[in-house]
Amino acid sequence: MPSPDAASRTLFDILWSRHVVREEANGKTLLYIDRTVIDDVRAPFVFANMKRRDLNIRHPELALLVQDHAVATFPNISNPRIEFAEATRNAAREFGLRLFDVGAPSQGISHVAAPESGFVIPGASYISVDSHAPTVGGIGALGFGCGSTEMEHVLATQCVWMQRPKQARLTLTGGLATGVTAKDIVLRALAVFGRETFAGMALEFAGAASLLSVEARMTLCNMAVEMGARTALVAPDDSVIDWIEARAGIHLASELRDAQAVSSLCSGASAVFDLDVTLECPDAPQITWGTSPAQVMAIDGVTPRGEDATTTRALAYMDLAPDTPLLGKKVDYVFIGSCTNARFDDLEAAANILRGRHVADGVRAVVVPGSRAVERQAAASGIKDIFIASGFVWGETGCSMCAGGGERIASGSRVVSTTNRNFENRQGPDVRTHLASPLTAAAAAIAGAICDPRSLMNGKSQ
Amino acid sequence: MKTFTFVRGKAIPFLLDDIDTDQIAPANLVRTLTPDYKIAMFGHRRASAIAADKPLPFDMPQYAGAPILVTGKNFGCGSAREVAVWALAENGIRCIVAPSFSAVYRESCLKNGILPVVLDEPSHADFAAICVRDDGRGEFVADLASRTLHTPEGREFPFAFDAGEREALLHGLDDVASTLRYVGDIERWETRCEIETPWLRRVSIDTSR
Repeated sequence: MPSPDAASRTLFDILWSRHVVREEANGKTLLYIDRTVIDDVRAPFVFANMKRRDLNIRHPELALLVQDHAVATFPNISNPRIEFAEATRNAAREFGLRLFDVGAPSQGISHVAAPESGFVIPGASYISVDSHAPTVGGIGALGFGCGSTEMEHVLATQCVWMQRPKQARLTLTGGLATGVTAKDIVLRALAVFGRETFAGMALEFAGAASLLSVEARMTLCNMAVEMGARTALVAPDDSVIDWIEARAGIHLASELRDAQAVSSLCSGASAVFDLDVTLECPDAPQITWGTSPAQVMAIDGVTPRGEDATTTRALAYMDLAPDTPLLGKKVDYVFIGSCTNARFDDLEAAANILRGRHVADGVRAVVVPGSRAVERQAAASGIKDIFIASGFVWGETGCSMCAGGGERIASGSRVVSTTNRNFENRQGPDVRTHLASPLTAAAAAIAGAICDPRSLMNGKSQ
Repeated sequence: MKTFTFVRGKAIPFLLDDIDTDQIAPANLVRTLTPDYKIAMFGHRRASAIAADKPLPFDMPQYAGAPILVTGKNFGCGSAREVAVWALAENGIRCIVAPSFSAVYRESCLKNGILPVVLDEPSHADFAAICVRDDGRGEFVADLASRTLHTPEGREFPFAFDAGEREALLHGLDDVASTLRYVGDIERWETRCEIETPWLRRVSIDTSR
């Protein structure tokens, strides 16, 4: 294929073409994978099959095992899924693989710990058995989720067969209003574009996305998965290298700087996308009212009228009336955590709401840092103390209340959660989940009800 | 890889859009190394439907043993958990007919010898209506060789299918062995990467931090 003019290439084109090993006539591409992560609830199946099939790992040094999904948030009161942790440790030993084990300094949620530790870097292709692998698009890495059997193939060949996805660009316009975060922007994008518009596509966030912090860019890319995107990207800039330097160290950062590793990673001025759309950043915090991440409203809005079966079923599950406000609705449980919103930025933003205030009576509020590194930074900066003084319970790093590693939430509870999925029963049988930003979650914990975080911000910009 | 040539049997209509993998295989029912897929498959939805005395098709006697599932768009969205494919396979499902699938779920189907058939929306609506009318009485056929669905009354619904994926399913080709025929290409890529972007070839993690 003739190499297209640099100005017309998209960021995705650049990353994809660098990783093409082979192209078939029908468009199927053998794509090289620079880094793989296998988490604890898939590793036991993946490696049992690797043994059964007598498959060798082509590059063990490019793989990483992570304990996240099955980690007990509260080792004393919740039921640890010991068999997964043990099987994952055994697999690491047997296959000679790097493991971020429970309690290790680099442990964390796959897509939080992998970029923080320097394992996944800008320009790398990354595949994980967890759907939220595209989170690393926030540092300019090309992430894909896959199934367990596909992972066996990746480990054995260091490659994946994929049809080149179509490409979309979502240009964010406007700026961040008070109380509005990356989570609110991406929830708004879900409300506007739903779960089909970008299905199967490579999605680049452009425009105001470049003004966001590296953590916030990862939040955008994380939730692009809920829009059905196959992968998501934000063009990396120097702030990404600075972010890496602060976390993974000067050595890696210097190497990436010297190599000008991110300088060419952006879409050209005349790049053409299959779909090119814009979104005005919302002027108010957003929250889900239903059982799909696309069932979103402004925090001060009203629920839909419920004229179709899907809406009616979702409202009934959520125990909400049509055409009524959510503000003031009593909340039983608040969770701040997950690969969407458990990075330092997220905890810091929530702490600004919590400082000098206390969680309302009758609310259980849980915060789980995305990694040990986040936890250390939170402890060192006093953020952890603010959470604890406010009455939040601090849990062990892991996926926690997003993936069943946490505690049991009583049936019928109303939860405000910074996670990415509000499906029926996701956080427990008949648990009603409202997805929102860390600011909105913190405000709900303080108010004991769904609350506009701006009312607790004294007009100060966060 | 498991083979798929054709399957003959009843077709279950479960015509909802956006069925996510949490519904197909709820985390709390599959988070063990040896899940009971008979109970886990659509576990929460089936239990609450039975409690309300309105069982889902999966628990209706006329659909017992049905190998074909007819469902709505964006099937298998959400978590990448492959247990959501294994749960259907262990309950005898061999073919899923939908207007669209999540990409990861579709790939996992292929790896497990389950045929994911995509019909355009009008054809799908037609096929689903026949399936609902049939109500578990007749035999449908999903034939990969001819890329056709056959209804009990003899109507045919052709479907498109990638040629390479079709070969792999029909012959149960081993995916790893197939790819390793190109090991020379893989090695050449690795050598070029060492020269052009060597930092991608080395993992440097400072574990003392």
